Amino acid sequence: MSFFALKNVTKTFGGLVAVKEVSYEIEQGHIAAMIGPNGAGKSTAFNLVTGLYVPTAGEIEFDGRSIAGNKPDYVCKLGVARTFQNIRLFAFMSAVENVMAGCHVRMSAMLWDSLLHTGRQKREERAVREKALDLLRFVSLDRYADDFAHNLPYGFQRRLEIARALASDPKLLLLDEPAAGMNPREKEDLMTLIRKIRDRGITVFLIEHDMGLVMNISEKIAVLDHGEKIAEGTPAQVRNDAKVIEAYLGKTA
Amino acid sequence: MELFIQQVINGLSLGGIYALIALGYTMVYGIIELINFAHGDVYTLGSFFSLAIIGLLDASGELKGWPLFGVLALTVVGAMVLCGLVGVLLERLAYRRLRNAPRLAPLITAIGASFILENIMQLWKGPSPIPFPSVVPNVVWSFHGVNLASNELLVVLAALGLMTILQIFIYNTKLGKAMRATAQDRDAAQLMGININMTIALTFFIGSALAGVGGFVSGVYYGSTWFYNGFEAGLKAFTAAVLGGIGNVAGAMLGGFVIGMIESLTAGFISDQWATVAVFVLLVLVLIFRPSGLLGEVLPDKV
Repeated sequence: MSFFALKNVTKTFGGLVAVKEVSYEIEQGHIAAMIGPNGAGKSTAFNLVTGLYVPTAGEIEFDGRSIAGNKPDYVCKLGVARTFQNIRLFAFMSAVENVMAGCHVRMSAMLWDSLLHTGRQKREERAVREKALDLLRFVSLDRYADDFAHNLPYGFQRRLEIARALASDPKLLLLDEPAAGMNPREKEDLMTLIRKIRDRGITVFLIEHDMGLVMNISEKIAVLDHGEKIAEGTPAQVRNDAKVIEAYLGKTA
Repeated sequence: MELFIQQVINGLSLGGIYALIALGYTMVYGIIELINFAHGDVYTLGSFFSLAIIGLLDASGELKGWPLFGVLALTVVGAMVLCGLVGVLLERLAYRRLRNAPRLAPLITAIGASFILENIMQLWKGPSPIPFPSVVPNVVWSFHGVNLASNELLVVLAALGLMTILQIFIYNTKLGKAMRATAQDRDAAQLMGININMTIALTFFIGSALAGVGGFVSGVYYGSTWFYNGFEAGLKAFTAAVLGGIGNVAGAMLGGFVIGMIESLTAGFISDQWATVAVFVLLVLVLIFRPSGLLGEVLPDKV
């Protein structure tokens, strides 16, 4: 079994085939991307991996087990975390609380501890707060720890979402269009951040529209069009693939 | 003046009971946007369970010291756990399947659940009021014509104490954070590894357990209970939750006390019969002029 693999995954919604027999393997410690025009099925693929959708057919392997059809919170527990295309932070929690919420699955306090406010609960709460602050430092947001998430500038919210995802100690991090709406400067920072995450030993799988960013940091790219994988390879291979050029630019006359 | 102070004291204790019920309304609304109309009946069940437990312990006599404390603790904890379980059961059997249904469906279901609980209670203890044994010794202090009963103090302290614990729980613990996360974005919470079914069930458990305490203290306070108690009390507590800003825990508490106060002051200075009218007139006014309640929806510290 490979570290992470989609195997002939298909997802249909009624008569609509959103993802059709897609296979894609990612090695541990790599940065891999999935690109494709709007509506190509990229986000559907992410929702299948994280358990929001159950595949109509096919297998999803992660870290030695099949995870297709598992509940999202369980998939998260196994070590898959994600961010969202349209930011979905807990708007009325502070930045640090958002990250602490991400730690949820790695905490062991029981209802009992919470209600009685036991020593164990307090210790854990303190440790998690420390960890959350560390992660905020990692994404350079420590100065905004006590600000409400929805008061942060857009680019910061994106980074905060990444910190929240990292809080669950994932082995695989899914980034759904992390560069959307960012200026060139912010994109630079984002690339540095993604590399730093990879250097922590976390495998990164991203969906992105921004070709520059994808070509720059990915070791491997899959291209989706109308739910089907039309190409796969290194950035150089994909860039020169005739089908890819056609999907993006249309047929040349 | 004496009348005024007396009615304020009465209003506070009445308000304490409404506040305890309102917390459950507001918590459930906060997390799944459902007005759980069966909640008032869970409150009545609290007094019925308390009665049953006191009966089992055969503790209707005059108790003092540790035995009294033991009986009280067992009764309160028992009523809380049993009511909590009823709440969880309601959520599991009636509301969970309808979580993504149009909002009218769970609302009607809640009214149906309310009828079912009321009828079960009527079968259980009959249709007439049931005396509640005075297990808790009631001491009355008098100053210048104003009476303060220890029972009234008990109600207010129970309400304030439990709300404080609830606030600490919601804002400072992992499960409280999970509840807030689920309330704000269910999908994102799930993808952050939060088991939302468990979290929603927990919310029902805590809300219903608080109603259970409310049922117990109301039994002690009024000295009686009956199967239909929860209908009116539930509506008033719901008004309290709306008044404070539904979804807002501190607001429910504030709303409860305001409603209790209005009811007792109207009863004292105008007439008993107008008390309920005053409460619901207030509900209408709030809905017209300040639909998000005194403290606003969802969170007190919303920016």
